[in-house]
Amino acid sequence: MDLITITFYFLATLTIVFSGIVVFSKNIMHSAFALLFTLFGVAGLYVLLSADFLAITQLMLYIGGILVLIIFGVVLTSRITGIDVRAGSLGKIQLFAAVIITVVIAASLIWMFKSTKWYMAEMKEVNSTVRQIGNELLTNYLLAFEAASMLLLLAIVGAALIARKKH
Amino acid sequence: MTKDTLLLSFIVLLIPMASFLINIFFGNKLGRKSGIVGTFILGIDLALAIVAAYNKLFVFSEEPVIQTRIEWFNLGTVNFDIGIGIDNIATIMLVVVTLISFLVHLFSTVYMKGDRRYPTYFAYLGLFTFSMLGIVITNNFLLMYIFWELVGISSYLLIGFWYEKGSAANAGKKAFITNRIGDLGFFIGIMILFFTYNSFMFDDIFSGIASGKMPFNNPTMLTVTGICIFMGAIGKSAQFPLHVWLPDAMEGPTPVSALIHAATMVAAGVYLVTKVFVMFTADALTFIALTGAITAFMSASIALVQRDFKKILAFSTISQLGYMIMSLGVGGYTNGFFHLVTHAWFKAALFLTAGSVIYAMHESIHHKNDHHTDAQDIYNMGGLRKTMPWTYLTFMIATFALSGIPFTSGFLSKDGILAGTLAYANLTGGWHWVIPVLGYLAAGMTAFYMFRLTILAFHGEHKTEIARNTKENKLPILFPLVLLACLSFWFVYSSNPFEASEGWFQEKVVQPVSVVPETSQWKFLLPEMAEGQAHNQGDNPENSDVVQASPENTYLNRFHEESHHFHYLAMGISLFMAALGIMLAFMMYKFKIINAGKLEVRFKFLHSFLYNRWYFDELYQATAIVGTLALSKSLSWFDTYIVDGLVNLSSYIIRFVSRLTGLFDNYVIDGAVNMASTFTGYCGSKIRKLQTGKVQAYIVFMLLGILTMIYFFV
Amino acid sequence: MHIGLVHYLVVSALLFSMGLFAIISRKHAILVLMGIELVLNAANINFIAFAKYGGMNIEGHVAAIFVIILAATEAAIALAIILNIYQHFRHVNVDEVDDLKE
Repeated sequence: MDLITITFYFLATLTIVFSGIVVFSKNIMHSAFALLFTLFGVAGLYVLLSADFLAITQLMLYIGGILVLIIFGVVLTSRITGIDVRAGSLGKIQLFAAVIITVVIAASLIWMFKSTKWYMAEMKEVNSTVRQIGNELLTNYLLAFEAASMLLLLAIVGAALIARKKH
Repeated sequence: MTKDTLLLSFIVLLIPMASFLINIFFGNKLGRKSGIVGTFILGIDLALAIVAAYNKLFVFSEEPVIQTRIEWFNLGTVNFDIGIGIDNIATIMLVVVTLISFLVHLFSTVYMKGDRRYPTYFAYLGLFTFSMLGIVITNNFLLMYIFWELVGISSYLLIGFWYEKGSAANAGKKAFITNRIGDLGFFIGIMILFFTYNSFMFDDIFSGIASGKMPFNNPTMLTVTGICIFMGAIGKSAQFPLHVWLPDAMEGPTPVSALIHAATMVAAGVYLVTKVFVMFTADALTFIALTGAITAFMSASIALVQRDFKKILAFSTISQLGYMIMSLGVGGYTNGFFHLVTHAWFKAALFLTAGSVIYAMHESIHHKNDHHTDAQDIYNMGGLRKTMPWTYLTFMIATFALSGIPFTSGFLSKDGILAGTLAYANLTGGWHWVIPVLGYLAAGMTAFYMFRLTILAFHGEHKTEIARNTKENKLPILFPLVLLACLSFWFVYSSNPFEASEGWFQEKVVQPVSVVPETSQWKFLLPEMAEGQAHNQGDNPENSDVVQASPENTYLNRFHEESHHFHYLAMGISLFMAALGIMLAFMMYKFKIINAGKLEVRFKFLHSFLYNRWYFDELYQATAIVGTLALSKSLSWFDTYIVDGLVNLSSYIIRFVSRLTGLFDNYVIDGAVNMASTFTGYCGSKIRKLQTGKVQAYIVFMLLGILTMIYFFV
Repeated sequence: MHIGLVHYLVVSALLFSMGLFAIISRKHAILVLMGIELVLNAANINFIAFAKYGGMNIEGHVAAIFVIILAATEAAIALAIILNIYQHFRHVNVDEVDDLKE
């Protein structure tokens, strides 16, 4: 057991456990904070996979942006934050169906991932991926990049338009 | 310039139209002035007409007819030519019409003073004058028929002018409908001529007849055609048996009666016969003469017992028109037309004096506030001689003329006519002697009823207070009377009071030579007949009466010769008849030697027969009107039950079929459609339950689908 | 045992299942949104794992960046919609927001 293996298992456990808390918690505020740890764990996994830029982005965007937005949403919409949020109105049937489907899908995915003979090619060792990502974005993926920026702009305007108070 | 004269007469035609237009459009603005305007316009018209007539009669006398023709339009190869033309009789008629129209306008300015529709009245007078001049001036049947109908409508408007009165409205209707019957015959005649000779022009038709072309290639048809044309004259000139409208037409204003129903419109029929005189065959002429004679006699007899001032004059008019027609029928063309002109003057004078009397009576009635007395009944008059001397004087002159007293125009023309009938009867013989007999009887009766009227209305004591209070009228009424009375003297026409043929009139109005082929003329003129006659008289070769088959041997020449023979005989008989009539009138009504009342009682049947006008109205009521109504009713029944029944039956069948189709539609086709939609709706309502609106349920289904696909393909 | 591609894939599969379960079974709209974030993170782990071991190299990273951009956009829009729903219904239960059903 080298250090990387230990770190991987730690981060994987962290991610899975806290995602379970996100899903199964009765309190939505607890879910929100559990999501923080889940995302943190995922960022750690990125570091293990030597994706330094993405790990930073994960921390800044998810934890600094999306998660704060979500907590805002929770605060704004839930006057009483302590209510049970788990059961759907379909009740037991829906829950049962959800469990079955989730388990089946999880089992299928794991089975597929394990049974598939993947093409393996070790990534070249690099010091930093930032330069390469910048090159790619402004050359091969320029159109997608511009479309994404336009999408962000539209999303900002659209969100402001939808969320504002109607008179 | 002949063309200028023609143009002038055309202007004469148009001027009354201007009067009509001015009065109909600006009448309300003009108000009381419209009468003066109308009179003034007609005065100008009269002056122009006199100039035109003078030019034609004395400057261009060598030309028989000045005329023009233009192509109106053509259909295929047939040209519809029209034109105007003036000959001597047309120009004389122009003067007659315009003069009487002018005088009537003048008279009416006073007579119609209080009327509400004063401008309209003068507008109608203008329209009538225009139409009448149109008849006079045309030289073709097409325009003549058009103007003929225009005269009919303007006459209708004027008779029914006081349409607030039911009787006036009915009289207008009666006149119009009765005229339609005659016009129908006229129209048929025109159509026969048109399809035979392909023209409406008189010249074309006459030359066609002269060339021997016959309608339907049958000489008899020419007679029939002539009688058809004469039908128009029967209607317009109120001849037997269509005379019934004229007495009723007296419902119109009296000046209108003078203008239309004495001098001009009713003369249109006579004028028509003179215009187309040359195309009548001997048989047609006999028919015409007989019609005229019967009319003259019948209406004179009716006039004997009438009580209404105007009705007496109306029957007298019919009688005199009968004279004219009779004269034309026997071949006395010149005398017939001569009588038309002389009669126009003195009959207009009589009607205008009647108007004068009635106007004075009305004024008097109005003054006395009496609304029950009939202003037109001669038994309410009497003694008017003293209160209305000028009216009386002019009335007397016109009465002398009508009765045929020497030194009047009526004597000249009537004498000529009677001489003509005698000549005719002598030439043709047989039952034709009836015609002069009827003529002379009518002449005697004419004198009788005219003097009866004079004595009852003007002589003796005032029969009522109203008659006593009458006053002589003003100058606009008296001037026409005096002028017309002056025109009723002999010197206007001839220097010799006993011999019309010495005057200018007989010289200018020359009888035309008939264009009818010899075979359709009098049989005794035919060469073989003439030869036979000559053979009979063969032993006396010096006999100047021996007939030669030569161009000079026409009926015309023979007729003139005979008329001349009979001239003094005719004059004698007619004077005798007139004197007899006058004497009887005086004995009965003035000196009361013969009691009129007793006679009336003794011959009660005859009296009521005459008083009720030979029961013609009742006869028509019982036959024509009831028959028409019965026919209409039966046709209506046919319509209601047979035609409508068929229509209803077919509609019922269609409705039945439609109902079946409707049922099929409702239940089979609509059922199928509804079933499809119901089925779709049913399926939809079932499937709809899958749509819960729950997003998460959709995701579950989606995932199930994905899983299925994964396990299916992998 | 050496940590390889499959380990990361199994972690992403578990994370994906957790997100999926949240999407399907939770009635609170914001929890559903959190589930979507989990699913997207699982996808991103796959991209990066294949970039490291499967020869995708730097393209995997770029794809992950676009996914993060989309996640941010989606979160902003979704929260705006949720706020609107809340204003309208005074709650954010997704299974009761079914007005479009009829």
